[in-house]
Amino acid sequence: MSAEADPTQRVAIGISFGNSYSSIAFTSAEGKAEVIANEDGDRQIPSILSYVGGEELHAGQAKGQLVRNTKNTVAYFRDFLGQDFKSIDPTPCHQSAHPIQHESTIGFKIQDSAEETENTVTVSEITTRHLKRLRISASDYLGKNVNAAVITVPTNFADAQKDALNKAAKEAGLEVLQFISEPVAAVLAYDARPEAKLADKVVVVADLGGIRSDIAVIASRGGIYTVLATHHDYEVSGSVLDQALMDHFAKEFIKKHKSAGDPRENDRSLAKLKLECEAVKKALSIGTSANFSVESLANGVDFQATINRSRYEILASKNFAAFARLVTHAVEKANLDPLDVSEIILGGGNSHTPKVASAVRNLFPESTIVLAPSTSSTAINPSELSVRGAAIQASLIQEFELEDIEQSTHPAVTVTPHTAKAVGILLISGDEGTAVFHTIVDAETPLPVRRTAIIATPREGGNVLLKLAEGLRHIKITKPEPRVREPSSDDEDDESEEEEEEVREKTWKVDAVLSEAALKGVKKGAKIEVQINIGHDLTVNAIFREVGGKGGVRGILQGPKVTQNGSA
Amino acid sequence: MAAVQISLPLPVLPEGWSGEKDFKPIGHLSHATDRNIEPVGPHFLAHARRKRHKRTFSEDDRIQAQANVKKVEDDDSDDISEPEDPVLLQREAKDWKAQDHYAVLGITRYRYRATEDQIKRAHRKKVLKHHPDKKAAAGGTEDDQFFKCIQKATEVLLDPVKRRQYDSVDEAAEVEPPSKKATQKGNFYKLWGKVFEAEGRFSKNTPVPKLGNEKSTKQDVEHFYNFWYTFDSWRTFEYLDEDVPDDNENRDQKRHVERKNANARRKKKTEDTARLRKLVDDALALDERIKLFRQQENAQKNKRKNEKEAELKRAAEEAAKAKEDEAKLKAEQEAAEKAQKADSKKAKEAAKNAAKKNKRVVRAAVKDANYFHGAGDASAAEIDSSLNDVDLIITKIDNEELAALTAKLNGKKDGAAIKQVFQEEAARLVGEGKLKAGETKSLG
Ligand SMILES: Nc1ncnc2c1ncn2[C@@H]1O[C@H](COP(=O)(O)OP(=O)(O)O)[C@@H](O)[C@H]1O
Repeated sequence: MSAEADPTQRVAIGISFGNSYSSIAFTSAEGKAEVIANEDGDRQIPSILSYVGGEELHAGQAKGQLVRNTKNTVAYFRDFLGQDFKSIDPTPCHQSAHPIQHESTIGFKIQDSAEETENTVTVSEITTRHLKRLRISASDYLGKNVNAAVITVPTNFADAQKDALNKAAKEAGLEVLQFISEPVAAVLAYDARPEAKLADKVVVVADLGGIRSDIAVIASRGGIYTVLATHHDYEVSGSVLDQALMDHFAKEFIKKHKSAGDPRENDRSLAKLKLECEAVKKALSIGTSANFSVESLANGVDFQATINRSRYEILASKNFAAFARLVTHAVEKANLDPLDVSEIILGGGNSHTPKVASAVRNLFPESTIVLAPSTSSTAINPSELSVRGAAIQASLIQEFELEDIEQSTHPAVTVTPHTAKAVGILLISGDEGTAVFHTIVDAETPLPVRRTAIIATPREGGNVLLKLAEGLRHIKITKPEPRVREPSSDDEDDESEEEEEEVREKTWKVDAVLSEAALKGVKKGAKIEVQINIGHDLTVNAIFREVGGKGGVRGILQGPKVTQNGSA
Repeated sequence: MAAVQISLPLPVLPEGWSGEKDFKPIGHLSHATDRNIEPVGPHFLAHARRKRHKRTFSEDDRIQAQANVKKVEDDDSDDISEPEDPVLLQREAKDWKAQDHYAVLGITRYRYRATEDQIKRAHRKKVLKHHPDKKAAAGGTEDDQFFKCIQKATEVLLDPVKRRQYDSVDEAAEVEPPSKKATQKGNFYKLWGKVFEAEGRFSKNTPVPKLGNEKSTKQDVEHFYNFWYTFDSWRTFEYLDEDVPDDNENRDQKRHVERKNANARRKKKTEDTARLRKLVDDALALDERIKLFRQQENAQKNKRKNEKEAELKRAAEEAAKAKEDEAKLKAEQEAAEKAQKADSKKAKEAAKNAAKKNKRVVRAAVKDANYFHGAGDASAAEIDSSLNDVDLIITKIDNEELAALTAKLNGKKDGAAIKQVFQEEAARLVGEGKLKAGETKSLG
């Protein structure tokens, strides 16, 4: 057993490894995740390497090289790892070293040594070098040799990509304890906060990153997470937001300095424009206006300008709307309604932008909580969600043998039957038509499960009926009464002419009755406790009893008949 | 997990409810869905501990566990792969306006129906294949013309305004109305249905009603044609504009082109409205249902007309019959009256005759009674007196009384008996106040 593989010798951190930025975090002795700044003081560490005269520059310093040393600067490489050349999109690398086919993998032709010769460095090697720098930053900060990590990856990261990342990390001196998916890490980051309450809910994680958008719809059931649907988009991203600003400032520049030309048509000018526009975009997340200032933007002409936030919001409005549409599209893919969504966690650096949050906010009902800096004072920094989740997971498993972790994450453990429909109880009336159905065990709950409900009784107590059923969620739509226009107020209140929206409500319908039970002679004002246990074979074990009373009723329901040849 | 708190009350147990040990199983749960739970977080660790029991799983277990698991990541779907036309690949980016954007992205089978998601996926697929870096890698030239065509197509199709402008003039999405002959082979609904479906893409109003088929109701068909005769179209013709010169030197020229474009757009729009109008006219003219509905309507009308006529006839006949009946009745009545009249006259005559006869009998009885003189010849005075008295009685009695008197006298030959009859009659008349006592002296 090598020293790294010995759990007692492990120093594990969480790493989020993004196409644009990476982050590192560790969990303190108090169980709090802390994001580590690198030696430049950055917590959002650009995933960029650059080589100048044999010297390796990393992160922020490498990013600065995009202007003068484009060809020897490698950026946006995460998604290339473990892929073949045919299946990658080289577009994000237009303004840095271009990816090339190298044997069965992908490489970059760069001068990475003091010699004048170009070497082909594989994306695996680049990743190793990047992770090594992250490892060193973390080790320096912690004063300990970091040798293990939980790394976050997108939900659609294929096994081949994970394998490649695993190898690259190993080369960098990091044992990957586990890959966890970015949106799940984000949910964990929120759930690990001390004030968090365990609840059954549907959470959507919407990540607006640098070169892609990723949405995941997650059922959170008693702290266990199931991804119900995902959606990935490569057209809506931070780079198109940057582009909106680039086009704006380029046009402004041309208006003012006609003879200097279009800064978008010269590689170096374009690189400067892009860097500054990203900075302006970030500034507009906090301030209501921002300065643009580039020395020698094109043909030696300096350019300074200001922009206010609302102008930016108009320039990029199409993209904000498109991002919000992706979120609703993912909810549709999960066969859910916006009313089913309890929380939306906005992640990715661009979720700092207030308009991103408000565009999403507008497509969801009041009951949906939108967690972003501009909509919630307690929101976690959207750039740090993944890494925090990774650090928490690292602390949970760092004492386990690798083999143990592997066995625990094996599909034999993770593949779990989930309830198809909500199981609940009939209130007020025992008649399916008039009763109010109340969920006790939600749909998409992994089995086995136990849930308890405490229910009020009729005013006089007495004998009560406990009728369990499966329920189906139904969206009740109430169209507004067509408003009668008052002829007198024709001209004045144009604003009140806005079309009144239909009212959508979430209701339940009884789908199938499961069982009936009776509790007799219940005391006036008593409460009834109903406990439902559902086994992985769909056997229901129900216990009904008066809170504080003696005895109770117990019932067992067999699971449905097994139709396939297998056993239940 | 904290217990769910429910404030609405449980229902009261219905009277007569019974269950063994107070529990009644009725149904069972729906089949479960196999899904992957995320191996993340403290609660998962607890789950894993329970599920593993220190067991070790094999590759076979992995395969078996995943056999029915519900997939959440999209597969690389094939709904957006179409063979590429080599001619298309030769296109120059500067001619982007003339390119078939849907063909460039390989989604000609969707065209105006393509969703935003399909366009994006098609774009990505094309980028992965045609990015200039890939061509360079394959030893080709760094020809990025087709790549630029792809970018242009995507730019147009992902911009709702530009996409409508393009869709407005996307000839490949047009469906020519079928010839009259073609529809006569019973293909009217199929062929015209496609035409209207294609035209419907320009509708500002949704849903666009479908042509339907021979089973459609009259109401639906009427709604259909009403919709198409009042069609509100978003079709525009900017896409066919002539390029406006971009330089400021030539302002007049610029304005000229702009005016020309505006006029051209207006003209095309008018033509399009007329075209659609004619198209709807043509379809309507060929629509068998319209004829059928008209026939049905006429039949209905005729039926109603016939019914009305029959009714009139019946009423007239009834009236005539009533009149006839009335006349007949009247005639009968008249006849009856007449007959009655005739009868009463006869009776009177008969009564008169009977009275005459009876008077004769009565007078004859006086003679038979020897003028109430008893034996021997009666004097002339006695004869006169008795006859006078009897005549007086006759004047005082009506025909019936006369008949009764006659009947009493009938067959009586005895003078005293006859006298007694007369005496009784006289007494009766005195009793009724018609005669004064002693007025008939001869009767004593
Ligand atoms: N404060 C900010 N405000 C607005 N945008 C930001 C901010 N910080 C980062 N970004 C943007 O977020 C994107 C990077 O987000 P990140 O989640 O790190 O993405 P990736 O997954 O691509 O590494 C970039 O487009 C960056 O410009």
